[in-house]
Amino acid sequence: MDFNTKFTPHTWPDHPEQATMEGKNKVVGFWIFLACEVVLFASLFATYLALKNKGPAGMEFTTQGLFELPLAFAMTMLLLTSSLTSVYAIYHMRNFNFKGMQTWLAITLALGLGFLALEIYEFQHYVHLGFTFNQSAFATAFYSLVGTHGFHVTLGLVWIATLMIRNAKRGLNLYNAPKFFVAALYWHFIDVVWVFIFTVVYLMGVIG
Amino acid sequence: MSSYTQKKGFGATVWDYITTVDHKKLAVMYLLAGTLFFAIAGFEALLMRIQLMKPNNDFVSAGFFNELLTMHGTTMLFLAATPLLFAFMNMLVPLQIGARDVAFPFLNSLGFWLFFLGAVFLHLSFFMGGAPDAGWTSYASLSLYSPGHGIDFYVLGLQISGAGTLISGLNFIVTIITMRAPGMTFMRMPLFTWTALVSSALILFAFPPLTIGLLMMLFDRMFGGNFFDHTMGGNTVIWEHLFWIFGHPEVYILVLPAFGLFSEIIPTFSRKRLFGYSSMVFATILIGFLGFMVWAHHMFTVGLGPTANAIFAVATMAIAVPTGMKVFNWILTIWGGSIKVTTPMLYALGFIPSFVAGGVTGVMQASAPLDYQLHDSYFIVAHFHYVIVGGIVTALFGSAHFYWPIFFNRMLNETLGKWTFWVFFIGFHLTFFVQHFLGLMGMPRRVFTYMEGQGWDQFNYISTIGALMMGVGVIMMVINCLMSIKGKPAGRDPWGDGRTLEWAIPQPIPFYNFRQTPLVRGLDPYWIEKQEGNKEGMTYAEPIGDIHMPNNSAIPFVISLGMFIAAFGALYNPDADKPWSIYILIGGLAITFGAMIVRSIKDDHGFHLHKEEILEIEEQLYGKGGNK
Repeated sequence: MDFNTKFTPHTWPDHPEQATMEGKNKVVGFWIFLACEVVLFASLFATYLALKNKGPAGMEFTTQGLFELPLAFAMTMLLLTSSLTSVYAIYHMRNFNFKGMQTWLAITLALGLGFLALEIYEFQHYVHLGFTFNQSAFATAFYSLVGTHGFHVTLGLVWIATLMIRNAKRGLNLYNAPKFFVAALYWHFIDVVWVFIFTVVYLMGVIG
Repeated sequence: MSSYTQKKGFGATVWDYITTVDHKKLAVMYLLAGTLFFAIAGFEALLMRIQLMKPNNDFVSAGFFNELLTMHGTTMLFLAATPLLFAFMNMLVPLQIGARDVAFPFLNSLGFWLFFLGAVFLHLSFFMGGAPDAGWTSYASLSLYSPGHGIDFYVLGLQISGAGTLISGLNFIVTIITMRAPGMTFMRMPLFTWTALVSSALILFAFPPLTIGLLMMLFDRMFGGNFFDHTMGGNTVIWEHLFWIFGHPEVYILVLPAFGLFSEIIPTFSRKRLFGYSSMVFATILIGFLGFMVWAHHMFTVGLGPTANAIFAVATMAIAVPTGMKVFNWILTIWGGSIKVTTPMLYALGFIPSFVAGGVTGVMQASAPLDYQLHDSYFIVAHFHYVIVGGIVTALFGSAHFYWPIFFNRMLNETLGKWTFWVFFIGFHLTFFVQHFLGLMGMPRRVFTYMEGQGWDQFNYISTIGALMMGVGVIMMVINCLMSIKGKPAGRDPWGDGRTLEWAIPQPIPFYNFRQTPLVRGLDPYWIEKQEGNKEGMTYAEPIGDIHMPNNSAIPFVISLGMFIAAFGALYNPDADKPWSIYILIGGLAITFGAMIVRSIKDDHGFHLHKEEILEIEEQLYGKGGNK
């Protein structure tokens, strides 16, 4: 099957993302890349756990005093929902329904932006309290871990937006189907990392 | 399309190499770049040995000595050994599995340029206010307080070149998983490809902790972070953990492909199949797995407690088991073989006892109580040079001789090669054998000078003479390489005993590798075909048809160049008197991300090479009759 083949919903392959050699390589390679990202975040999590609540003598900030579950819950809901909407997008991609895919990707983007806005608000709130990046080892570790996740979200938003704009006029083919698929994989990965951040940083933080 | 084989002008050739995505050209580039940094780091070692030749010497200053030892270690591991092994992996892995190229040719090029520009960035530190001087391990308790920009060069340079290494590692894994020729099952893969696969998997899991460690160092030094500052609640041991979680697997990342190279050389010149192939594969995987379980043996003296020390001591000793399996398999491959002592075989024969010596001292250090005595002494220096020079450098030199005809279609001179081996090998043992005794006598490593009358003078003098002999050996090797330019074309299978697919390709290798994908009928497929009297070289799995190839691209170079420029901005950003640095940082990142978006937006379908064009190219390469 060639990149330039024109498809109808009937001739569109079941797994368009893996119908070409390039697509297959891309999917395998991306899974391996995600394995490497897991180690990256594991290093950050380990550092955060080692430095949690550690600071200069007499530091007032603790996880219990700082974190509020309602905000973290709202962020979690936004991101989890965005993962679900990206599943819908890939469902439509597999059914050769370009419009459906674009719509659900747009909703994913909106939810992701909402998450990012809440995260920026959260950081700004902490900075106003005096919990700045340089304040303590705890602060540095917290902002590095959660900030690296936020940076990944930002990259994911730019990536998906670029894909949507680039392909808006030409629809689906076997060249761009793997691209949409791995972008969705990346988005799920970001979501999984957040589940761990929510548990390790916020839930375990509030419990103490 | 005859332009493929026409002579090009100088500018066109340079442009071709900057934009190339061909794994064979990138292999040559890795080879050249690796040799350059190997020479620089070797020269630094010679300067250090001259300084230590006699007591109270003042050949170099104490500060410069620190820079030399830091740059020697960093360069040798990250910028010499790694790219030289990548040169062999790039050249051989696609050929050995019968692929047209790697899975992601674009990423292959990106990996090279990130590595190379990161390395250049690190070396510019010598001319821009001082090189890093906190040792290649750059422990945070030392490096946080190092004045000047040396450590910043280390952090940013390794971050960039490390990203390149990671990308290349990922690429090799996917290539080996998805691009194997029909019939090439996992258990029919040549052992070098197996070690390349395991080594790439180690890269994949070992480099992210280093990335994070370097990021933390970057935050602490340049943005006022507190990861390692104990007055702010930080903990300097975190750096040590992250560094060694990377650093110990790094040793296996380097030595496993070296094992793989010897596992190709030894069967070829014993003219016997590799003894215990499946146990070799198993041992490779086991070493890779255990390599992640032992990092804290570098930290026995930190004070992690007896439980942690005991666990890591036992795990470390366990690694000797699969390594021993390999050594016995090599010996049993040679046993009863019809042995030809060529230069590569000579290196292999020299490697086995040297590496075993390094391994045995390794097991000695694995016992934590003894390590308290040996820690930070010249015994350690002797140990890891026995492993790295005795294991990796002999592999690189031996396989340079062995695979030179694959790279350049020329043979290296055998007589000069054997002389090189003896000069280098004797020099190596002279340099490092006596350092065991220096260590046991109490000489600490990383000191720039020592007092006379401690019984160290004689051994240090001998060690320096040995180092100079190694230097002469390397120069002889380079002369041999340069002489080969004038040599005669080597042709297909010049050793006459090639076993694996890379020897089955006619020379010079066309840019699409095999004209038709070969059919693999067992382990050592080319040997099987030769035994059955197949004059064609291989049995092929497909008729001659169109070949799909990737396009060249300058984008990898531009992406890397953007990172290179941005690194200068980041480096000078903390200086109050350099407000322009932020614009350089933003500009560099804009180039990088811009190039990435261009890559994303521009379709790159590659091109098809038609049957007639293939036949025309082959007629130009091999004369009438084509691929015979």
